[in-house]
Amino acid sequence: MTTTAPVTTAPAIAAPRLLAASWIIARRSISSWRQQLGAMATGWLFPIFVTLLFLGLFGGALDVPGDSTYVDFLIPGMFAVTMLFGLESTTLSAAADATRGLNDRLRSYPINGAAIVLGRATADLISSLISLTLMAAFALAMGWRPVVGVAGAILALMLLLALRFALLWIGIFVGYGARSVESVAYIQIVTWPIAFLSSVFVNPATMPDWLGTLAELNPISATATALRDLLGATSWPTQSFAGDQAVAMAAFWPLLLTAVYLPLAARRFRKGGK
Amino acid sequence: MTRAIEAEQVGKLYAGKGGEVGLHDLSLQAEQGQVLALLGPNGAGKTTAVRGLATLLSFDRGTARVAGYDLGREAQRVRERIGLVGQYAAVDEQLTAVQNLRFLGRLRGLGRAASAARAEVLIEQFGLIAAANRAVSGYSGGMRRRLDLAASLIVTPQVLFVDEPTTGLDPAARRDLWEALRELVRQGTTILLTTQYLEEADELADKIVLLARGKVVAEGTSDDLKAMVGPPIVQIRFAAADDADTALPALARVDARARLDSSGSMVILPATAPEALARSVDALTVAGLAAIEVTLRKPTLDEVFLTLTGDGPATEEAA
Repeated sequence: MTTTAPVTTAPAIAAPRLLAASWIIARRSISSWRQQLGAMATGWLFPIFVTLLFLGLFGGALDVPGDSTYVDFLIPGMFAVTMLFGLESTTLSAAADATRGLNDRLRSYPINGAAIVLGRATADLISSLISLTLMAAFALAMGWRPVVGVAGAILALMLLLALRFALLWIGIFVGYGARSVESVAYIQIVTWPIAFLSSVFVNPATMPDWLGTLAELNPISATATALRDLLGATSWPTQSFAGDQAVAMAAFWPLLLTAVYLPLAARRFRKGGK
Repeated sequence: MTRAIEAEQVGKLYAGKGGEVGLHDLSLQAEQGQVLALLGPNGAGKTTAVRGLATLLSFDRGTARVAGYDLGREAQRVRERIGLVGQYAAVDEQLTAVQNLRFLGRLRGLGRAASAARAEVLIEQFGLIAAANRAVSGYSGGMRRRLDLAASLIVTPQVLFVDEPTTGLDPAARRDLWEALRELVRQGTTILLTTQYLEEADELADKIVLLARGKVVAEGTSDDLKAMVGPPIVQIRFAAADDADTALPALARVDARARLDSSGSMVILPATAPEALARSVDALTVAGLAAIEVTLRKPTLDEVFLTLTGDGPATEEAA
């Protein structure tokens, strides 16, 4: 083994500041995508598979409100569902970092601990943008024709990213409290009923009253309805206040979820687990 | 020069079944370049002690200084000077060794070129050249630990915390890791090591602190601890259990405490008197019995442990 200079009490090298450290940590996740391109691509394309399934399998059988085409109706909702599906990768990667000791190593570094969480958040938002871009390209190829201006498109993107941002904290909160990566794999199963119990696929008016109200209250419905409004598609006639105020609800839900889960995730991070 | 580690009655307690668990008042001192071992079974509080001293959790009592800085008030100064080798390979499994080391180097403040150069040096030093560009997820346990140790040395730490480094490693990998730790000590790094393996503490540590149920049971050098539990032991091994049975009465006349060990083919007796070994051999000759092996040895740390804690290794979960 080679020898290096003896240890001295020389001044330590300055560690990167918050934003630089966050970006280094985000880049580490992005490098890891290249190593697992198959898994990542499956994740990115998954919402497209689901859309194909609905267009092909149920497209002819499902009622669509107003004079929208089925594609024009479905796609805005699928954007919202794409954000929801991102919850799984956030939770599993957060659990891997927490249970395999990487968080401990980084927490013992002379960096601002917030960088570890911000790095995760940045990488996941970039991953979601990739998924959204692929989804939009696919939708356009399938005949999706949104009626939208620049401002409307930007607002729609902001609402989607706000939802993804809010879901990040839930994923980080759950992931950082995990005993093992496997123990939080249930998150995959949980996302499905949340996606379906919404106004994305089925008219809440056709559900039992209480279920319909629940579906309209679902944050995914709020974002889906707001996106339809912004992208020139028609939504179902609404049943409740939540359905009437879709754009406001699409802004409110992410704010509320972030206000609740960001502090919880931060607390769990500082404690190094549950 | 200030001490590398100086802890005064630090502790952290959690509510657990049957009362509080965790770490009671622990005081430690380690000089620069020493290896201090915290030895104890699961649930002894070893990991709590290391996580506290490595700034991963805050003690709820006591004060400590690591590398000359106060843990509570100067945690970032401490973090600039410590390294941590945990119970896992604390790296990104999806990345290669090179990617991991470069990433961690950048995070420790090395520039792009410097972190690449440092990664190269460490990969060579820890014998990972062949696997350098493969994802860590395909590494063996020994390779992971070597990479983990390499990752802790990107900036050479003044104090290195090593939490159960060889759990689950095969003997060859364990020897490699020990050698790497010794090399670090030669360069002046102070090591605080936790282990359940008495042999490991015996091999590496200048000073051993024996912990059980969150409390210090004993401390000193390995020889000090062994001296605490009494005299050396004469150990006489026979070819068969029958021979040992026959020899026992004769050996009991040398020392009434002579007894069969658990294997049944060995008699052990304490060598309180200096002539115990010679008298045992005489007794065998008189009785016309042949032993395969006669040894005079110090008690093992296992025996020390049993004597000092009054019970076997506890089975509670690690805190």
